Amino acid sequence: MNAPAPMPVIAAALELRAVRKSFGVTEIIRGVDLAITKGERHAVIGPNGAGKSTLFNLISGRFGVSTGAILLNGGDLAGLKPFEINRKGLARSFQITNIFANLSVFENIRCAVLYPLGYKYSFWKALSTLKDANLRADEILELIGLKKRRDVKAGLLTYAEQRALEIGITIAGGAEVILLDEPTAGMSRSESDQAVELIRKVTVGKTLVMVEHDMSVVFSLADRISVLVYGEVIATDVPEKIRGNAAVQEAYLGTSLAEGAH
Amino acid sequence: MAQGAQKIVFRPLNLARCIIWSGFALLLLVLPLFFNKGFALTLMCQIGTIMIFSLSFNMLLGQSGMLSLGHAVYSGLGAYFAIHMLNLIGKGWLFPVSLLPLVGGLAGALFGVLFGYVTTKKSGTPFAMITLGIGELVFAMSLMFPEFFGGEGGVSSNRIAGEPLFGFITFGPQIQVYYLVAVWLFICTAAMYAFTHTPLGRIANAVRDNPERVEFIGYETQRVRYLVLIISGFFAGIAGGLGAINFEIVSSENVSAIRSGTVLLFTFIGGVPFFFGPMIGAVIFGFFIVVLATITKAWLLYLGLFFVMMVMYCPGGIATLIMMQFPIVKAGRFREIFPSYCLAVAAGLTLLAALVFAVEMIYHLSLEAAAGTTKAFFGYDVEVASATPWLGVALLSGIGAVLFVAARRGISTHWDRIMGDIIRSQTA
Ligand SMILES: Nc1ncnc2c1ncn2[C@@H]1O[C@H](COP(=O)(O)OP(=O)(O)O)[C@@H](O)[C@H]1O
Ligand SMILES: [Mg+2]
Repeated sequence: MNAPAPMPVIAAALELRAVRKSFGVTEIIRGVDLAITKGERHAVIGPNGAGKSTLFNLISGRFGVSTGAILLNGGDLAGLKPFEINRKGLARSFQITNIFANLSVFENIRCAVLYPLGYKYSFWKALSTLKDANLRADEILELIGLKKRRDVKAGLLTYAEQRALEIGITIAGGAEVILLDEPTAGMSRSESDQAVELIRKVTVGKTLVMVEHDMSVVFSLADRISVLVYGEVIATDVPEKIRGNAAVQEAYLGTSLAEGAH
Repeated sequence: MAQGAQKIVFRPLNLARCIIWSGFALLLLVLPLFFNKGFALTLMCQIGTIMIFSLSFNMLLGQSGMLSLGHAVYSGLGAYFAIHMLNLIGKGWLFPVSLLPLVGGLAGALFGVLFGYVTTKKSGTPFAMITLGIGELVFAMSLMFPEFFGGEGGVSSNRIAGEPLFGFITFGPQIQVYYLVAVWLFICTAAMYAFTHTPLGRIANAVRDNPERVEFIGYETQRVRYLVLIISGFFAGIAGGLGAINFEIVSSENVSAIRSGTVLLFTFIGGVPFFFGPMIGAVIFGFFIVVLATITKAWLLYLGLFFVMMVMYCPGGIATLIMMQFPIVKAGRFREIFPSYCLAVAAGLTLLAALVFAVEMIYHLSLEAAAGTTKAFFGYDVEVASATPWLGVALLSGIGAVLFVAARRGISTHWDRIMGDIIRSQTA
């Protein structure tokens, strides 16, 4: 296994140490070490079934690790539930759109800002009087380009719009570390170009980890790339080095890399 | 606060809201002018109570996606606590009868804290199963501890107790109970409506839609369910307390699965997706359980048929049926589809008449055989054993079926055309 690229000495925003995960007898994640610096945009690539989504599920607390440790800003996440990890400043999106279909677009976003703004479980405050929450939700709508669709039921949005909403819900809470799982999957070229711009905009000053299949997206966004194959990170490096890495070429990228990197 | 007040703009929506709420208050105020008979007053008291109960139930089902099969536990235990308090007032305790529903509400909330801790650990079907189990448990307890639950006979009381409110309101006359129910109904409806516009209320909707995602925006779904259940138990308990005052008796029937099932049935008929749906359900409850049950022995059969029809053809309940018309009315095109609706009503009434004749005659033949084969229908004696009335039923069914087909075709063509136009004008 390749050694991780040299890291600065400051504490990593997100760190995985010898993380393993088995479902039953099959080991899906087979010892992943990864350190992502604050402010870095990090892409995770790899063939279908490599375990990329599973890795996100482990980081975000959907599943517990079998062995190993995951640290957020130096703090161990062991045993924490998704909502606890979210409160510590990590938010994620889903590969399969995961929104509140019967609520309006605005309500979807507003739900995501309530807890971080401190409204938590309150039932003695009217939503309409929560100026900061409403303002923030409208700002996010503007940012993700869904302002015109504000009062439409989320379930009625087009696919690309739902993907944008998915990202909106993820970033609305102001988390410092953002995980995006295939944000452009299933999009047309122009839609995915827009999505890249959106991701660039909404993750300014944040730490981003994203799973992505589209190589042009990866190479235009990522500071560093990790290649995950059969539950192992076979390389972590800057895009140019990944492109030239023989092991990566052999295991996964082949010719598609040259085509994608225009 | 001053800033907050400035932000409130006078939009038509607010105006509509004002009109609706004042209209509701006014309606509650003047209803006894038109229905002042003892029977009607009792009925309205019962409907008002059920409205609070079913609204509290829908806080779980419609707003949070929790199907409770034991909601009567909270109203019933609330009722028990209220009636014991009423007896204590009778013995000289200083507590106003008008605030008894609050005792019921606090008891309901308390048991919400207790039972909800167990039930809300799960969601979906397991939640429903556990609530069913808790319901059975409480029902069994109600028969095991006669000191508190009064055994088979229940606990009875006399609501004319303590100091009269304002010197003259003793709650002896039914009309005074009516206004007590009306005031509590208005307050509870407003409070429960307000709840739907709070952070917890909205997150409850999110939990209903997609509990998994809620966990990734900082909320613990279990905590959301638990809190909503406690609040719902509070309002159910208020309904229980009002029922205790109204009937002056509380028995194990109040905590039974039948009660829990009834509130589910009528909330569903009224319309789960809308806040006011359960209130419609409560009115229909009054019609079936109180009015129809006194007219015919077959009322349960009608209720069953009605429920099945609703589930099959209108799962959103009456409220949805009403709300579906709004875009058409707003577009000013209700007149186009109205004749087809009239035809549908005519078809429905014809088929209903056929059904009622058939059912009543069968009931007469099977259950009242000893009384001979003639049955009185609206003052006419009908010879049930002869062929003529049955031919009449067949004829009515035939006419009804023809009307039904015509109405259905009319509604669907008009509906598709109008909605198509509306959608096109929106996207244009
Ligand atoms: N909850 C689960 N239980 C069992 N197997 C799982 C589970 N989640 C994922 N897997 C398996 O783990 C492997 C990796 O899946 P995934 O992480 O979704 O891959 P990808 O890299 O395409 O996102 C797949 O073979 C999948 O079947
Ligand atoms: Mg995946």
